[in-house]
Amino acid sequence: MTASVPIEHGLALAAILFALGLIGLLVRRNIVYSLLSIEVMLNAAGLAFVVAGARWGQSDGQIMFLIIVTMAAAEVAVGLALVLRFSRLFKTLDGDAASRMRG
Amino acid sequence: MLNELWLIPALPLAGFLALAFLGARMPRGLAGFIGVGSVGLSAALTILIGLRFLGAPPPDNSYTQVLWTWFEVGKLSPQIAFCLDPLSLVMTFIVTGVGFLIHVYSLEYMRDDPGYARFFAYMNLFVSSMLILVLADNLLLLYLGWEGVGLCSYLLIGFWYSDPANCRAASKAFIVTRVGDTAMAIGLFLLATHLGSLNIHTVMEQAQVQWAVGAPLAVAAAALLLGGAVGKSGQLPLQVWLPDAMAGPTPVSALIHAATMVTAGVYLIARTHVIFELAPSVQGLVAAVGALTLLIAGISALAQRDIKRILAYSTISQIGYMFLALGVGAWSAAIFHFFTHAFFKALLFMAAGAIIVSLHHEQDIFKMGGLRKQLPAVFWTFLAGALSLVAFPFISSGFYSKDEILMLAWYSPQGGWHLWLAGLTGAVLTSVYTFRAVFIVFFGESNGHVTSKPGSMMTVPLWILAGLATLAGLVQTPITHLLERTPLWSETAGEQTAHTGELGLQVAAIAAGLLGIYIAWSRFVVHRDSTREWTETAAGAKLCALSASGCGFDWLYDMLFVRPFITAANFCKKDFTGAIDTAIVSVNMGLNYALHASQSGRIRWYATAMAIGAAITLAIVILL
Repeated sequence: MTASVPIEHGLALAAILFALGLIGLLVRRNIVYSLLSIEVMLNAAGLAFVVAGARWGQSDGQIMFLIIVTMAAAEVAVGLALVLRFSRLFKTLDGDAASRMRG
Repeated sequence: MLNELWLIPALPLAGFLALAFLGARMPRGLAGFIGVGSVGLSAALTILIGLRFLGAPPPDNSYTQVLWTWFEVGKLSPQIAFCLDPLSLVMTFIVTGVGFLIHVYSLEYMRDDPGYARFFAYMNLFVSSMLILVLADNLLLLYLGWEGVGLCSYLLIGFWYSDPANCRAASKAFIVTRVGDTAMAIGLFLLATHLGSLNIHTVMEQAQVQWAVGAPLAVAAAALLLGGAVGKSGQLPLQVWLPDAMAGPTPVSALIHAATMVTAGVYLIARTHVIFELAPSVQGLVAAVGALTLLIAGISALAQRDIKRILAYSTISQIGYMFLALGVGAWSAAIFHFFTHAFFKALLFMAAGAIIVSLHHEQDIFKMGGLRKQLPAVFWTFLAGALSLVAFPFISSGFYSKDEILMLAWYSPQGGWHLWLAGLTGAVLTSVYTFRAVFIVFFGESNGHVTSKPGSMMTVPLWILAGLATLAGLVQTPITHLLERTPLWSETAGEQTAHTGELGLQVAAIAAGLLGIYIAWSRFVVHRDSTREWTETAAGAKLCALSASGCGFDWLYDMLFVRPFITAANFCKKDFTGAIDTAIVSVNMGLNYALHASQSGRIRWYATAMAIGAAITLAIVILL
């Protein structure tokens, strides 16, 4: 087996990706970008699984990644349908426009 | 051979269940068919079973059908069991028979009401409860029927619940009778504790064995049972609910006043008469209550303007006669008066209902007048009922039953001239207020205009009841002999021996009734104007107001109970326990305000909160 990427590097990359995704989710008001940011966060989590799986030499990490990808695909399907309805209803893509359910 | 006994109360109950659960989705015709049919079947079955019972009386003249044991707690194991003996047979016959006619009448009376199915559901439950009451083999089952009747009266008096006045009348009926019911419940506890059973037969036998005449426990038990009877039967001092019960539809008034509910008290005392015999002081009280009630109700009826209230007061007064009879130990006479009263009072209410519908829901007698020509069928049937109510000699059933009561009030060992005199005065009052109504409503010049005439569904029951009200007096001897076969039935007053001066009493009773009719004729037909002038003088107006208000009992109870209670409640509202309650509420309100600020409706704020929360949780897991 050739020298592998050290686990710290992989986890650091996953952390940076997750942080970027989170910041994007919190900062962007456009809901398409919100969905995009969530995808980034999901992939960051997936990367962490893969790295951990490689470290212990087990396939669980890759199986988890496959599950995450499947779930992400489903989530995007639902999410985009919501975006479509949202833009029809509010004539905008600004997430803050839909704040009628406040206390 | 009498195995179908349980079906008599079960059929109306089944009708109630069907109408209560499916009635809203049923076509009106089917709802009416179920409502009337269940009671009709029950009535037919009663006649069938009654014939078999009379044809081949079971041993002891009492047949008990045990269905199952209700529950077992210690010594007490009441059963769901029905008992048929001559007393309950007569009661069942009236409840189903008159109840059926009232149901048929309701088909037309309630035709346009939106709550058609609901009405018949309540009516069926009412009849079923009353049948459970009269057929019950033990006092606990009797109490179940007793409370069921109370519940139904509440539901039916407040049937038109969109008017708050009707709801008030319904609550009043429920609360006032509850006072009596509580006394009765305590009485049942006492009987169960000291006699070890609630089975009516066992209780009666045990009471005779264990208690001497005048024993304190017997007096207490009898007094508590009397409390219950007084509440249900609208006697002094709990009579105030009955006139207000007129808020319900007229068939309900007929059912409450004739066949069910108010006669429950009479039945209870007749059923447990052994206990009353062991407590002569309470039995004397029963007679006194009856005598006072019939006088006060008679006076109250004199100045009423509402035709249904006149009839309501007449019911209170007639049940006063029954109590008078019970008080002097004339059980059969009381039940026989109940028997005739059921026919003529149902008839009077239904005839009054026919008038009210024809005049487009007008109940004030002074806005009627001259209806003799316009509604002849109603006039003749109402007249038959009125003659029976005033005990018109020979051609009315009321004559035979009331005459018997007056006679026994004089001759019975517990009776006396004062009870007889009260009854006689009551008889004069009865004819005055009854014929006041007859003359004002049917004679004189016409005031209202008849918008519609009652159809055959209404007139046929009226004619049947008119026939019964006229002829029921003929069965006096058979009924009395039948009742005497009831187990433990001991007439202390009923010896049919010839007394000296009997004829004189009879003549006096007849004269009293005719005198009342004459007074009504001279005051309200011949000298109507002078009567009206008299009511406008100061003294006349005061007397009229007193009579119209039911001798001021409502005012008295308002002063004695309602106002002090409201004052106390208002006072208690301000004390420190109230402050604690208020504090809890305001703390919760404050927290609510604080938290609802965080619910902004913005999804990014929620995401931020989740991220911060996740970070804090992680920090706790890692650092601690």
